[in-house]
Amino acid sequence: MRKLINAPADVVTDALRGLAAAHPSLRVDPEAGIVVRADAPRIGKVALVSGGGSGHEPLHAGFVGYGMLDAAAPGEVFTSPVPDQILAATTAVSGGAGVLHVVKNYTGDVMNFQMAAELAEDEDVEVVSVLVDDDVAVQDSTYTAGRRGTGATLFVEKIAGALAEEGADLAAVAAVAREVNERSRSFGVALSPCTVPAAGRPTFELGADEIELGIGIHGEPGRERAKAATAATAAEIVDATLTAIDADMPLAGQELLVLVNGMGGTPLIEQYIAYGAAADWLAGHGASVARPLVGGYVTSLEMAGVMITVCRATPELLRLWDAPVETPALRWGR
Amino acid sequence: MWIRLAAERVTAEADRLTALDAAIGDGDHGHNLERGFAAAVAALPELPEGMPPGKVLVAAGRAIISKTGGASGPLYGTALRRAGKALGEAGEIDAAGLGAALRAALEGVQELGKAVEGDKTLVDALGPAVAAYESTLTAGGDLAACTRAAADAAREGAEATIPLQARKGRASYLGERSVGHMDPGASSTTLILEALADAV
Repeated sequence: MRKLINAPADVVTDALRGLAAAHPSLRVDPEAGIVVRADAPRIGKVALVSGGGSGHEPLHAGFVGYGMLDAAAPGEVFTSPVPDQILAATTAVSGGAGVLHVVKNYTGDVMNFQMAAELAEDEDVEVVSVLVDDDVAVQDSTYTAGRRGTGATLFVEKIAGALAEEGADLAAVAAVAREVNERSRSFGVALSPCTVPAAGRPTFELGADEIELGIGIHGEPGRERAKAATAATAAEIVDATLTAIDADMPLAGQELLVLVNGMGGTPLIEQYIAYGAAADWLAGHGASVARPLVGGYVTSLEMAGVMITVCRATPELLRLWDAPVETPALRWGR
Repeated sequence: MWIRLAAERVTAEADRLTALDAAIGDGDHGHNLERGFAAAVAALPELPEGMPPGKVLVAAGRAIISKTGGASGPLYGTALRRAGKALGEAGEIDAAGLGAALRAALEGVQELGKAVEGDKTLVDALGPAVAAYESTLTAGGDLAACTRAAADAAREGAEATIPLQARKGRASYLGERSVGHMDPGASSTTLILEALADAV
């Protein structure tokens, strides 16, 4: 697999240098591995910090800016950031009103953020952590590390970021972040695997006639493999996806935020085909789409496939969703 | 000495560990540990001459936490830090002292990761290794015998993870599909304990 890189070991640093050059509105420190809003710290505002492995762009660094994150700590590809990085991001944006850590539920992310939060408390920065765990493909969470954090991370960061921008306190920002997570579910399907630059080989093999159902966002294999023949069309794949979500959190009668998310290797034209199928499915099952979003926002390198994330909205959540945002990857209302 | 040898073994086996991880995880374990142990080795020359071994382990653990990322960084870094703290200021390591240090490392890993034996994690290698070390010590074994027993038990423990279904970490998402593969963390723990047995 050919990659547009200089050297496998430099992938994240080189990408951060490019991000810095392209977006003067961000303060990027490629050596410390942090991306910070240029106007940070904002005194009296709750700051939002997130982070995780790289390879999911634009998540998280692409969501740093007005109305969303104050800082991001991108780790190596598919590897959580280290505590020093998360601590540096946290202290860089702390404006005295506390810092919210948005953490996707993966063993490594949880441990490194926990260590960073303890170090921040030593420096008198108050930190509250919110876990995102929206992936219904992980069943039987008693016997696993629990559900993975995937597409709902975008909803949590946008909505909690909007409330923080309005001047709400740390407890309120954390509460709305948890509420969004609890009301959100995701399910993903892969049509092809991806290749971590440092490994140089695909993370799993798929036959030409196979698809992987219930994938995560790290190229890890999913919960089952199906012959493409059993879900040959976009409509059938979307049906399998929304049926899995609906079985976990009934959608009938709900107003929804809907993200049809390309995994990195699926073109936008196919993402719109999937969104059309999703809109039909939801209408046919008595749910209405309050706000749609289509595009590659939480990706998995060049994996082909799609993930659908839905959030059962409320008028207040929709108001915060519509609030102005200005980041490299999401911008409206300003 | 042990840290350098462990780093060499991890580097030599990085591709194999990564391949094990790709089967049931996300395919980065070998390269992450390679980076972490390289950082630990790089930290060694900075330390004052004649520093007690326990302090060296604490510094190496801190370097691993700072550079590795993932779950393995906090877990291996905590293991080395706890072991180092248990050794304390002692200038020479004896069999009983190292046994207590390995026990402390195991407890640190379990506190952080909440894993028990049978979850298909590095605890499946480290747990039996500590038990074998302690029983060899009770039977009168010296440092060489104890560390060799620990390394052998770790290898057996790692082999025994093959038929297990993962209940912790990323492999747990696979459910039954994690069966039939050796746990990468148990495998790297074996390498590190074999390096210990060769180093003493």
